[in-house]
Amino acid sequence: MTDTVRVIVNGEPQAVPRGSTLLGVLRTLALDPRTVVVEHNRHIVRRPALDAVSVAPGDAIELVHFVGGG
Amino acid sequence: MAIPLEGGRDTPFEVGGRAFRSRLMVGTGKYADPAVMVRALEASGADIVTVAVRRVNLDRAGSDDGILGRLDPKRFFLLANTAGCYTAAEAMRYARLGREAGFNDFVKLEVIGDQETLLPDVAGLLEAARALVQEGFHVLAYTNDDLVTALRLEDAGVAAVMPLASPIGSGLGLLNPYSIRLLKQRLHVPVVVDAGVGTASDACVTMEQGVDGLLMNTALAAARDPVAMGHAMRLAVAAGRMAFLAGRMPRREVAVPSSPLEGMLD
Repeated sequence: MTDTVRVIVNGEPQAVPRGSTLLGVLRTLALDPRTVVVEHNRHIVRRPALDAVSVAPGDAIELVHFVGGG
Repeated sequence: MAIPLEGGRDTPFEVGGRAFRSRLMVGTGKYADPAVMVRALEASGADIVTVAVRRVNLDRAGSDDGILGRLDPKRFFLLANTAGCYTAAEAMRYARLGREAGFNDFVKLEVIGDQETLLPDVAGLLEAARALVQEGFHVLAYTNDDLVTALRLEDAGVAAVMPLASPIGSGLGLLNPYSIRLLKQRLHVPVVVDAGVGTASDACVTMEQGVDGLLMNTALAAARDPVAMGHAMRLAVAAGRMAFLAGRMPRREVAVPSSPLEGMLD
């Protein structure tokens, strides 16, 4: 049993420590939770709940923010 | 720079229960230099600026490529769009993400139907508009200049109808003033013309049709000097609005002298 699991973050495979929460995934990626919106398997997870949701192998995570647009 | 004008009183621009000073809204896309963008937005006098929802670039994580580092949400009202969405479901997903990322429950709803023209898919637009209104969104619906679609959008409860002047990014100006006037005459919700304006005269002519507001992006971003064009657009929108409120003289196909006919020398 490895100590990491593979999840899909923004369409790309990403290894994160087994048992990570969504907040842990953000930490692994060096992202500030205040600057991103997290969608976990198509459900938006709000900031206060990020440390309460664990990720499982194969989970689809989308990390989005505002960029310039019309 | 405020331009005080005698008799130039206008009502505030109201949409979704909020009042704004400026009738001009501007996009934040396609700027080569973010510092120029901020100065252009300031020059335009816009209160409402649009933004898009996209994936965080994980290769550049930490060196924030988002736009919130550049825009003060206390100064600008950030209006999230659903640009790039081709189905109602996709647009609804982006709208919800935008609401989480943002500071309000307003969305500029776009459901695009054709890649080449970026013209809207009105069936998808209506479906998404109905659902998002039910979810409590204030929906500003980007649509074509078709009256019937606009009426259906109003029935769906949108906060504003946003007909195009001409295709997104085209700079062709207002192609069908008749349709835009018709929409404004028939709708009760605000009409904000969105897309197609190329230069100040386009903005002025559009506002002269009596619409409530105007949204543009490329006209500023692709100008040689976006900051100067921001100034020009602020003046053009104000001039067009003022001319509409003033009421233009009737068109005549014959000359009518401006000077007295009496008192001429023998």
